[in-house]
Amino acid sequence: MVLVRRYLRNPAALLGAVLLVLVLAVALSAPLLFPKDPLSLAGRPLQWPFANPRLWLGTDSSGRDIAAQIFYGARVSLLIGLVATAIAIAIGIAVGAVAGFYGGLADEVLMRVTEAFQTLPNFLLLLVLVAVFGSQITTVTVAIGLVSWPAVARLTRAEFLTLRNREFVQACRVLGMGDARIILREILPNALPPVIVYASVVMAVAILLESALAFLNLSDPNIASWGNLIGAGRGVLRTQWYVSAIPGVAILLTVLGVSLVGQGLNDALNPRLRRTLPS
Amino acid sequence: MTKPVTGGPLLRIEDLSVRLPPGADRSHALSGVSLAVEPGEILCVVGESGSGKSMLAGTVMRLLPPGVAPEAGRVLFQGRDLLAESEAAMRRIRGAAIGMVFQEPMTALNPLRRVGDQIAEVFRIHTRLSRSAIRDRVRALLDEVRLPDPDSALRAYPHELSGGQRQRVMIAMALALEPALLIADEPTTALDVTTQGRILALIREIQRRRGMGVLFITHDFGVVAEIADRVAVMQGGRLVEAGPAREVLGRPRADYTRALIAAVPPLAPRAPRGEGGAPILSLAGVSKTYRSGGPFGRGRVTHAVRDVTLDLPRGTTLGIVGESGSGKSTLARCIVRLLDPEAGTIRLGDTDLARLSRRAMREQAHRVQMVFQDPFASLNPRRRAGDLVAQGPVLRGVPRAAALARARELFALVGLDPAAVGRFPHEFSGGQRQRIGLARALALEPEVLIADEPVSALDVSVQAQVLALLDDLRDRLGLSMLFITHDLRVAAQICDRVAVMKDGAVVETGPTAAVFADPHHPYTRALLEAVPGRAWSPTDAAAAPAA
Repeated sequence: MVLVRRYLRNPAALLGAVLLVLVLAVALSAPLLFPKDPLSLAGRPLQWPFANPRLWLGTDSSGRDIAAQIFYGARVSLLIGLVATAIAIAIGIAVGAVAGFYGGLADEVLMRVTEAFQTLPNFLLLLVLVAVFGSQITTVTVAIGLVSWPAVARLTRAEFLTLRNREFVQACRVLGMGDARIILREILPNALPPVIVYASVVMAVAILLESALAFLNLSDPNIASWGNLIGAGRGVLRTQWYVSAIPGVAILLTVLGVSLVGQGLNDALNPRLRRTLPS
Repeated sequence: MTKPVTGGPLLRIEDLSVRLPPGADRSHALSGVSLAVEPGEILCVVGESGSGKSMLAGTVMRLLPPGVAPEAGRVLFQGRDLLAESEAAMRRIRGAAIGMVFQEPMTALNPLRRVGDQIAEVFRIHTRLSRSAIRDRVRALLDEVRLPDPDSALRAYPHELSGGQRQRVMIAMALALEPALLIADEPTTALDVTTQGRILALIREIQRRRGMGVLFITHDFGVVAEIADRVAVMQGGRLVEAGPAREVLGRPRADYTRALIAAVPPLAPRAPRGEGGAPILSLAGVSKTYRSGGPFGRGRVTHAVRDVTLDLPRGTTLGIVGESGSGKSTLARCIVRLLDPEAGTIRLGDTDLARLSRRAMREQAHRVQMVFQDPFASLNPRRRAGDLVAQGPVLRGVPRAAALARARELFALVGLDPAAVGRFPHEFSGGQRQRIGLARALALEPEVLIADEPVSALDVSVQAQVLALLDDLRDRLGLSMLFITHDLRVAAQICDRVAVMKDGAVVETGPTAAVFADPHHPYTRALLEAVPGRAWSPTDAAAAPAA
């Protein structure tokens, strides 16, 4: 595959893929390495990392194992990232495809709705949704998905606008093909690459949004997420900074990995747009 | 005024080789090319796409894409080797001593700056003239290139001018500093025939008056016949043949030249066949208007097609000829209902296609099929060639396996390898893709085939093959065809009858031979007179024995 080879030739993209695989491995190995509930008491509170061989990343202010929370938190972050992204992409593509393909009134209405969502700062909207519907992990995930779709919709619409007048689409109409089939089977596959690349941005932002909610104690408190851990460390930030710093680094690495993969995909899909790297 | 430092040719290219980056389809863009342009002559470099003719121009100007570099040889301009000059010295030569005109005048001009300002910039960069002196020079240049209203053209933005006017502005820019050599890279390819004729005459006239040398790059033998003093034919980066225009066009020595010339359709129309049959498709009073700008239908109204009445007799080919903006493509799109005509009837058999609802039209779609202009854009890049051809029958309920088997037969019919059904469009050449498009249209066994400029994006030799195929299919399958083209040579080749369109209306219609021999409408006459190289007959040249 040319695409895979082009992707692997890009060192930054390779690093991103390695980071993501690592996070995935951490998430999958959590129940094997830490069979106990990560939110249960593990030892004396606020032990520094590497001080206790049994609790190698130390404990937080409630005496819970930080390493266990990091490992289980990876599952939560990835899950929230993936599900919220899937929701955002699905809504965005549906709105963008219909608006771009039909144009006219449908486009006007859908784009005004999209703009209404875009003009609200999405974190504020997220806070409102969580305040109204509660902060179970499922509501939080759906809410993040609901605030992240407008950019996807605009991107899909732009692609559809350029593709819908291509001769191959006209050829399908001349063959007597219906609209739904033209949208889904003919145009969408051609419009997808930039949307897939943008999905990495949505996923990175989704992970950050959940962490930000958790930092404000507005995420689901009954699960071990990186954001919750950062929130828990807030009170002891000046003395026991590691409680917030360790999950902070985990978020940083995951978001970095996702972004690098997205950038790498973009370069592999559009080789001519790639910035020339010094060889 | 620049004067040659030494006697002899103005530009001499000696044994020039230009390397392509690794991974290109060949190792060298140019290999061992030697040419000379004398002062006061027009040398036409002709070749098909990929022949290296544009690379030749790029090398002389030292404007090559990254990764492409001259490897051997010399480019002597007035005795100086341009390949050895520094980049700073080249900047002084470009524009001042060598002017250049490009193919697409819209992209070569800055859309955000006034035309007068862009021409003036040439003087500001290369001379120390005062503002008022520059203004006078720019005004004089626009006069020289015969822009209709030079004073308002000075203040116009590029989009406010027509394609021909923009090309005149480009020529004015290229001539501003009175270069000794003008390089013109397909300067008339993007223009209409009548505009092309005027621009060619302009280049010829200015070249004579100033005694300039011109390196004129083109793919069109008609243009060569019109303008060249000498001709150089290129193929795959090599020089195939060079000599005086009369010799090369009249008695070509190289086989390749002879094949190329034989592929140029002669302007002599064919005898009409199948005349007098009952019309299978008849249009009556078809109109289509576009409204632009402003809600509630205010703003400008464009009559793209107005009151067109035409008959297509069964089993014949009707050509619709006209320049860009004449409404010929809009008419075609109205017939297949990609666009909805406002008025008129489009009667196919006893169905009026213009009245059908979208759903009903989908049911009737198989009866009229269309072949599109652009062989690259008209095939979905993500579908295999066989799928593309099978798509139509599958939509009509034919089982997929049967449709694919039929696609293989159609591949054979249009001259493609049936084993190629599994390949993707990008694995085919332009001519092959056009054959796929044709197979797709034929898969539905249409009563009428509409071909919208199906050969205008193809090289002349490929064009000849596709035209022969269309003609052959017409005979074998008894196809009735509506053939849209801007090229009268192509129309003469394939159409039994022609309809000439101008500004949305049909101005003249009749058997091709009659219309070409005795055009009644002044516009038809103007079109025929503008066909480049109309005085030159390619068939005689191709038949002539090698000297």
